[in-house]
Amino acid sequence: MTKLLDAPQQPKLPVRPSMPPARRLGATIRNLMTSPKYGPVIVTAVLFIAVFVIGGVRYRGFFSGQVFLNLLVDNSYLIVLAVGMTFVILTGGIDLSVGAVVALSGMIAASLLQTGWSPSVVIPLLLVLTSVLGLLVGLMIHVFKVQPFIATLAAMFLARGLCYMVSQSSISITDPVFVSLAQTRIPLGGNLSITPSVIIALIVVAIAVWVLHSTRFGRTVYAIGAGEQSGLLMGLPVARTKVLVYVISGFCSGLAGVLFTFYTLSGYPLTAIGTELDAIAAVVIGGTLLTGGYGFVLGSVLGVLVLGVIQTIITFEGTLSSWWTRIFIGALLLVFIILQKVLTARRR
Amino acid sequence: MSALFARVVAHRLFWPVVMLLVLFLINLIAFPGFFTVTIRDGHLFGSLIDILRNGAPTLIIAIGMTLVIATRGIDLSVGAVCAISGAVACSIILGSSEPGSLSTVAVAVAVALLIALVLGVWNGFLVAVVGVQPIIATLILMTAGRGIAMLITEGQILTVNSPPFKFLGSGFWLGVPIAVLIAAVVFAVAALVTRRTALGMFIESVGINPEASRQAGVRARGLLVVVYTFSAFCAAIAGLILTANTAAADANNTGLFIELDAILAVVIGGTSLAGGRYSLVGTLVGALVIQTLVTTVYTVGIPPIATMVFKAAVVTAVCLLQSPTTAEALRGFRERLAVRAGKGIAAS
Amino acid sequence: MPRTRTPYSQNRVGPGGRIRRRMPRDRPADDSMESTVTNHTDPPTAVVEMRGISITFPGVKALDDVDFRMFPGEVHSLMGENGAGKSTLIKALTGVYGIDAGTITLAGDQVSFSGPAQAQAAGISTVYQEVHLLPNLSVAENIMLGREPRRFGSIDWRAMRRRSAQLLAGLNLDIDPGSLLGDHSLAVQQLIAIARAIDVQAKVLILDEPTSSLDTDEVAELFRVIRSLKEQGVAILFVSHFLDQVYEICDRLTVLRNGKLVGEYLTEELLRIDLVQKMIGKELTTLDDLEQRARSVVVDESDASNFVNAARLGRRGAINPADLPIAVGEVVGLAGLLGSGRTELARLLGGIDRADSGELTIRGKATKLRTPRQAISNRIAFSSENRRDEGIVGDLTVRDNIVLALQADRGWFRPIPKKRQDELTQSYIQALHIRPGNPDALVRNLSGGNQQKVLLARWLAIAPGLLILDEPTRGIDIGAKAEIQKLVFNLAENGMSVLFISAELEEVLRLSHRVVVLRDRHVVADLENDGLTVDALLALIADGSVEADDADAASGTSGARDAVLGASETSDPLTIDNVPGGRR
Repeated sequence: MTKLLDAPQQPKLPVRPSMPPARRLGATIRNLMTSPKYGPVIVTAVLFIAVFVIGGVRYRGFFSGQVFLNLLVDNSYLIVLAVGMTFVILTGGIDLSVGAVVALSGMIAASLLQTGWSPSVVIPLLLVLTSVLGLLVGLMIHVFKVQPFIATLAAMFLARGLCYMVSQSSISITDPVFVSLAQTRIPLGGNLSITPSVIIALIVVAIAVWVLHSTRFGRTVYAIGAGEQSGLLMGLPVARTKVLVYVISGFCSGLAGVLFTFYTLSGYPLTAIGTELDAIAAVVIGGTLLTGGYGFVLGSVLGVLVLGVIQTIITFEGTLSSWWTRIFIGALLLVFIILQKVLTARRR
Repeated sequence: MSALFARVVAHRLFWPVVMLLVLFLINLIAFPGFFTVTIRDGHLFGSLIDILRNGAPTLIIAIGMTLVIATRGIDLSVGAVCAISGAVACSIILGSSEPGSLSTVAVAVAVALLIALVLGVWNGFLVAVVGVQPIIATLILMTAGRGIAMLITEGQILTVNSPPFKFLGSGFWLGVPIAVLIAAVVFAVAALVTRRTALGMFIESVGINPEASRQAGVRARGLLVVVYTFSAFCAAIAGLILTANTAAADANNTGLFIELDAILAVVIGGTSLAGGRYSLVGTLVGALVIQTLVTTVYTVGIPPIATMVFKAAVVTAVCLLQSPTTAEALRGFRERLAVRAGKGIAAS
Repeated sequence: MPRTRTPYSQNRVGPGGRIRRRMPRDRPADDSMESTVTNHTDPPTAVVEMRGISITFPGVKALDDVDFRMFPGEVHSLMGENGAGKSTLIKALTGVYGIDAGTITLAGDQVSFSGPAQAQAAGISTVYQEVHLLPNLSVAENIMLGREPRRFGSIDWRAMRRRSAQLLAGLNLDIDPGSLLGDHSLAVQQLIAIARAIDVQAKVLILDEPTSSLDTDEVAELFRVIRSLKEQGVAILFVSHFLDQVYEICDRLTVLRNGKLVGEYLTEELLRIDLVQKMIGKELTTLDDLEQRARSVVVDESDASNFVNAARLGRRGAINPADLPIAVGEVVGLAGLLGSGRTELARLLGGIDRADSGELTIRGKATKLRTPRQAISNRIAFSSENRRDEGIVGDLTVRDNIVLALQADRGWFRPIPKKRQDELTQSYIQALHIRPGNPDALVRNLSGGNQQKVLLARWLAIAPGLLILDEPTRGIDIGAKAEIQKLVFNLAENGMSVLFISAELEEVLRLSHRVVVLRDRHVVADLENDGLTVDALLALIADGSVEADDADAASGTSGARDAVLGASETSDPLTIDNVPGGRR
């Protein structure tokens, strides 16, 4: 609309009064901290660093690169789960089925490998299966207007039940490919190493960041979270996007299941109970608004790391029992939800 | 005649009752003695009694959940509250010098219920005063609650040897299991208090149209606190029954997934998750459907483990039947039928 | 003036300064128009031509056989009160609603859009009344999303920012395209929405209440943009309830009332007073006897007998400080257009919104109303104009709906005995002729008129000292309307104070002892209803301050007690409305 550019030179509408540089910096920081978009992520980052530093001061050997890398190694499957969950929560939905789907994909992988299937068939098959499950959930939510909570609850029951149908006891995995993937350490020099799972998780994160930031689909995800109606009126593909986020979450759950079997080298129907809560907590602590619209995949990764570092500290402490983890997670959730509440209320 | 039939079909309890009857029928075919109730040692015995007794905790929680859901809310923390109340009661009994005395048990039960009331007020406070979405507000306690229970039991499974406590879970009075009696009392109290006072009307009114209710002078805030407190109270009672039944407090497994069963019972009973009109009788039917389903799976000889798959099927079926999309499709179908019938008449 | 003030429009002007429309189908007989001019003789063809549009929602005919057209290079205004069908017509044009009957032609081709995206692609851009943008995304995205520039499958952020910066500069708006939309004021957001709309090479630009959150400078800026677009031949639909703005920018008007077309007119040939009259409508009087009786009632006006007295009561962004005394047994009518502050003032008295300035005295006692509940315990009942969202509780029974407020006032633990509930319900069903007369029927299944009666019953059940009725007769059939009017009158005779709001001035005049006129969120007149005429009220409602003298004269001749209040304060309505966030 360049034709409008020959507008008469009128004083521009004052939008922000100009400030001296020092105060402007202060204002920028204040603005960032109180923005519903960046505020919670910044708080999470500060929290992570603080906890890590406290750990370093208190415990010998905590302040090492490998402790940090182990956070990634131990939680690579959770990172992948949190990525999928981020898509869903950004649209204002929720996916309760992820823990059960992790267990299911582990079970199917273990039992198929046991009967001699090749991993090159098993892994793609799993990813297709869990994506289809996600698709069904998405259709139930979008077409039949079932609440995400209930639809994914049904999927959770289904997946957990199917786990038991596959086998009621643990199946160990002896497939050479899986075993080697589980045991390979990729050296990073200086006694530091990571696992292939970490690389896979980081690739997933990178793709998710690109999709959310730079594709119409990604921006539509954010748009739905802010207002489905507005998105529709702007002519965005709301229906397709709403279904697709559950497909993505299903795919990520399947992949997380595979990574989890790399970690445990077995399939067990009772694994990953409550993992959906960890994934939701990581996403929320990572600064994604549970009502949708605000949040970053990298925030969720940070959320997973915060959960991981708390667990590590509890391990290092020795005297603290593991159940403190749950209480800490609950308390963190509370703090972040109230923080979000305050930030969004202030903005309105 | 057909008008009567139409009215019966249109009744909101029609499908749940049909489902229950179908389950009964399957049982009767698989196990002809299904309806037989005998008296052994002065106690009632039989499959129906088992269904009632095993279904009592779910029913009790579902009653509290019904009222929460009627206000457009949800309470995810009930399972955790179960675990906490069981842990509190058991640790008090274990800590006392006379674990078998009636007064010890009375104190233990009273303290457990009191703590549950506090937890309920906390949930209500987050929802009504802070204004956090119910699903998120109760997620906090759901996550932290089991950690708190573990803290109380110090990570152990607390086994108590206290006949009066055990009586709560597996005792009989006048031949009827105590658990069933407690459930009946809770049901009667909930029905009387909400229907004989104006509480029920206010709950429905707030659930249907919060703004109209506010303008009519209904105080939603207090109402929500009461409802969440009642839900936690119900959860604590159920937790005590579950714990007493096994005479052991297991912070990890007491009431695991019971929130999902309870929500399911409410939904099957025809109370919409969108809030509004509720039916305690419907919830009763819903809880019975779930428990009968579990029992059926046993009697028919399917591995009990597959129950979850059936639950998933039931949730899906109920949701799809209640979906507005389905209703519209059915209406369209009926209209087309009518048109065709009309044409037929015209042709003849 | 652009060339679009066409000879065509001159053709259409009838003797009375009105444009008569020739439609190819039969019109009602009262349409005494010259029927000689036919469409194909009009030189510029309409870019939008909607004919015989009807849309029915469950229970309501939202649009009934409405014709509407727009010409390129012309600013067209759609005028009408609440429920006239403006928004519905716009949504029919933009594909949000499907139409039940009629045709829509765009640039000569018949179209039927299945969604806003299609309409947008066809060249119809819309800026909705509520800002339908995404506060969580950047300004640039809000302008460009849906047609964002892409490179290798990814969004080209730099091109997007550049393009939006250009568009914003075109609007003289100096903001960072990368900033979050939610960080900007409502006024800036509104301009961003317009930037989005003009980015597409639109044939038709629809602006639904675009100025409600803008201040004078911003409105001037917007009008400059509108004129610039107009010169480029864009057809612009401008909806606003600020008459000054309509008269400043619009070339042509279409007036709707109750879902029906009233007519299409040239702005410069339609007097404001005539416009307001057409928007509000005149209805045959069926209750003439009431008028006589109303005037014979003598109300004691000493301060002591005031049931409520509002002194400089106001709320930022809703209503400027206003005085409103209401005596015991007095019916006070509030007259004014939609958005004039009539509802907003009533909401303060009913405790629905909190006042942030002024004082309220109830029965001689200074009181602050923080919640509706407090108002109810002070025996003030407020019946909202928004029956569906703020009135009925649809899934509850007639009985529950009637006893709700009374029960809430008593508290939950003191239930009204079932027998008493039934008596109450039965007595109101009979007194108000609620149909069906079944106390167990769900209220959502009742007709609009009967729902309104149920609400009246709810409020009467608390035995209010002051009953506030906001548009109680809107959208209900004539019989129910007459019954409600009669009821209001009887209540006042029995000593109840009533604050009565209606867009129908006849109704206000028929029932009220006093009429308070609002314009642009100010009380502009407080008149004794003694020989007051509809025309005098219309003059007060319609005229800007320029014609305030006329209004004064009009009210003077009609025997008004008070002079026009504060006319000078309202010289510029825009300065009053520049408080953002006024909309809830």
